Amino acid sequence: MNSTSSALPPAHAGCGAPAARLNLAQYAANFSDSHPPLTPAQAAIEAERCYYCFDAPCITACPTGIDIPSFIGRIAQNNLRGAARAILEANPLGGLCARVCPTEVLCEQACVRNTNEDKPVEIGALQRHATDALMANPGTPLFTRAAATGKRVAVVGAGPAGLACAHGLARLGHEVVLFDSRPKAGGLNEYGIAAYKVVDNFAQREVEWLLSIGGIDLRLGCELGRDTTLAELCGGFDAVFLGLGLGGVNALGVDEPEVVGLAAAVDFIADLRQAGDLATGLASVSPGRHVVVIGGGMTAVDAAVQSKLLGAESATIVYRRGPAGMSASQVEQDWALTHGVVIRHWAAPKAVLAEGGAVTGLVLACTALEDGRLIETGETFTLHADSVLRAIGQTYLADAAGPALRLKAGRIDCDAEGRTNLPRVWAGGDCRHGGRDLSVEAVEHGKVAARSIHAELTGAGNGNGTSNSTSTSTSTSTSIGALHG
Amino acid sequence: MADLRTRFLGILSPNPFWLASAPPTDKAYNVNRAFEAGWGGVVWKTLGEEGPPIVNVSGPRYGAMHSADRRVIGFNNIELITDRPLAVNLEEIRQIKRDWPDRAMVVSLMVPCTEAAWKAIVPRVQDTGADGIELNFGCPHGMSERGMGSAVGQVPEYIQMVTEWCKQATRMPVIVKLTPNISDIRQPARAAKAGGADAVSLINTVSSIMGVDLERMTMSPAIAGMGSHGGYCGPAVKPIALNMVAEIGRDAATRGLPISGIGGIGNWRDAAEYIALGCGTVQVCTAAMVYGFKIVQDMADGLSNYMDTHGYATVEDFRGKALPTVTDWQHLNLNYTEKAHIDQDLCIQCGRCHVVCEDTSHQAITASKNGQRWFEIKDDECVGCNLCTTVCPVPQCITMRPVAPGVVDTRTGQAVRADYGPWTAHPNNPMRVG
Repeated sequence: MNSTSSALPPAHAGCGAPAARLNLAQYAANFSDSHPPLTPAQAAIEAERCYYCFDAPCITACPTGIDIPSFIGRIAQNNLRGAARAILEANPLGGLCARVCPTEVLCEQACVRNTNEDKPVEIGALQRHATDALMANPGTPLFTRAAATGKRVAVVGAGPAGLACAHGLARLGHEVVLFDSRPKAGGLNEYGIAAYKVVDNFAQREVEWLLSIGGIDLRLGCELGRDTTLAELCGGFDAVFLGLGLGGVNALGVDEPEVVGLAAAVDFIADLRQAGDLATGLASVSPGRHVVVIGGGMTAVDAAVQSKLLGAESATIVYRRGPAGMSASQVEQDWALTHGVVIRHWAAPKAVLAEGGAVTGLVLACTALEDGRLIETGETFTLHADSVLRAIGQTYLADAAGPALRLKAGRIDCDAEGRTNLPRVWAGGDCRHGGRDLSVEAVEHGKVAARSIHAELTGAGNGNGTSNSTSTSTSTSTSIGALHG
Repeated sequence: MADLRTRFLGILSPNPFWLASAPPTDKAYNVNRAFEAGWGGVVWKTLGEEGPPIVNVSGPRYGAMHSADRRVIGFNNIELITDRPLAVNLEEIRQIKRDWPDRAMVVSLMVPCTEAAWKAIVPRVQDTGADGIELNFGCPHGMSERGMGSAVGQVPEYIQMVTEWCKQATRMPVIVKLTPNISDIRQPARAAKAGGADAVSLINTVSSIMGVDLERMTMSPAIAGMGSHGGYCGPAVKPIALNMVAEIGRDAATRGLPISGIGGIGNWRDAAEYIALGCGTVQVCTAAMVYGFKIVQDMADGLSNYMDTHGYATVEDFRGKALPTVTDWQHLNLNYTEKAHIDQDLCIQCGRCHVVCEDTSHQAITASKNGQRWFEIKDDECVGCNLCTTVCPVPQCITMRPVAPGVVDTRTGQAVRADYGPWTAHPNNPMRVG
């Protein structure tokens, strides 16, 4: 069963995957805004479609609980600043979330217009309309800081969780030092999302807006476990919030030779983002001529689609289960398919083929479900490839924060407010156990943790000390590198 | 195929759709286009007396209230009567009537409130071959400051007087166009009839300020920073006009007086409603000014299909058919009971019915059941007010259902009575009879 591979031209080892395969205008077009903003006329009409539901289901479906009918009503009344306030009050990263949230499985899935006419209100696009207007013209500060509390909080990780937590703490009057190991703040917003979803340097503009509230000291290039330790932070600050993300990439589970062309999809995505918005920057990235991405999530889709847009002749997503098992939403899958990506379901990597120090292909085992278990059928096929990207999930790297932190299924074990087992240490975002790995959820973690930290530091809460009281977990470790999904 | 031809005061037209006296009927060019599009008749834009032409503003004459997607819901104007020489208008009227003999040609008039002025112009109109005249006692802006338009229409004695002069001066049918800017529409209608009017037409526009420009802090629209109230029309005024039409239709003094209905007519359904309340023709302006003349084809087609569906061969077959259902509140049957009912298969769970009933009415709709969203009428609280039906975005999801006589209304604990029980006979009414 290797008909697919025989239909493809052989990959040319050494010829490789030249960059600058397209002309600059093509790069600019391919990486322009994937979902262009609504015009004022479109926004006015779309806003009017909102029914202003009672106890609106979309609010419940939003992990940050944005009062969606209110912000849409304010757009309809041409009160964009008020609309932005309603959004950012609940979700300070509302601009980014408007771009990257899988709204089709969140707010827009809950919209009652689905029941009425199979077409929800375009909540994400409207949210972007309102937040874009504010970012373009911030005016006087939307939020101001409460009187100084004299408390200092360390927030580790300037991704969505850490930024939301830092912003929330700053509003409440605390002093925040925000650490991040990378050269830029933003976390996955800056490094982990397809370029066409976040054009015009929006992630950095949003960070600037968040920091403009004051009281947040951003320290970049500072890595936990290398430049400082959790114990040091606990000693030097009144509280610590860990928004560490997932630093590890799952392995394929087969022998992975040290060869050119075998890489992590997240690194490819990050390289592309850092190449900049300009076509000249994009043209410097080499996508591979025949790209195979292993995995079934949004990372796989982002990597495969961007490979195609960079000029790859073929991009194939290989996923070991069927379409319903993919964590990429149907909209994401459709997005891949309409960009010429081939999705091969029911196949798992068996061996990486290499020649002369470069990847030449991948042997894949056909899989199937047998009695509810995923098995290999015994059949195999080969895909020629000069680029194989791993996108089968990421893992929490426990070394940075140290072994004292209690884990559950490989991630940090927290209560509902984000408290860890350690006194005065909270955590949130993808590194926290029990989430769906969504930016919007990370924002909620950070927001809730900020309130919890505030309550504890000021005695305003219920005094529910430092114990991880709501968790019943006893797990302290788990293997890293296990296949997810 | 229904026969849409109408005979109104002896004036024949191929359909009941006339263009009202307004900018669309100001000159031959427009009226030719209107007749080419299929309009049954026109009321030519109001002519004034011989003399220096009227002067209009050279800034915004129109303003509008829009829906979110820029549909015109209400429309306002401060344009005066025709600003073209009388002789030019009369010559064009003559030519148009010659070119379109099957269409109704009524001419609107507004001259100073003197016998000489009216008796000077009416014969000149008659000489054109026009089918009738409409006395403009309605315009509330501009001309009213000069003692014309609604300044006349607000004084029944003047209406009667001028109508009498006109009837004396012509064999043509005389239609009196009424202003709604008055507390009781029956008074001017009675005066028109007493003066010998062959018909009334209504409503003219409602005095209005469209809004305020909150940046410039002026009323809007404004001319050189100042504004003046205009006349309001369009879909927003239809309910006001329908009531006035019905008031005249059911008033003993004016019952049977022919009516040409005006006010917010933009589709066949609007027109059919006016006809059902007794109007022999309908007049349209705003819808044409918003969409152009072609709309008459859709209106005629829709009316024809409606009539075919209901077995009405001519407009006369259903004209006035709904009028007997309009009565005074005191005659409504207080024994009759309805309850709202929510079709759970159609409900999209928006919850609007619940929140408005809970916040503003009778707390008669649930919000949840077993922890799930669930909107259901509580019969023991429902007074049948129709608010939920009104706010529900899904047609036919919430309907009002009568409670059969003999069945206990769980709200009152009493069985619904089958007999007629109006306020006039209600035990709580100190003025009851019998």
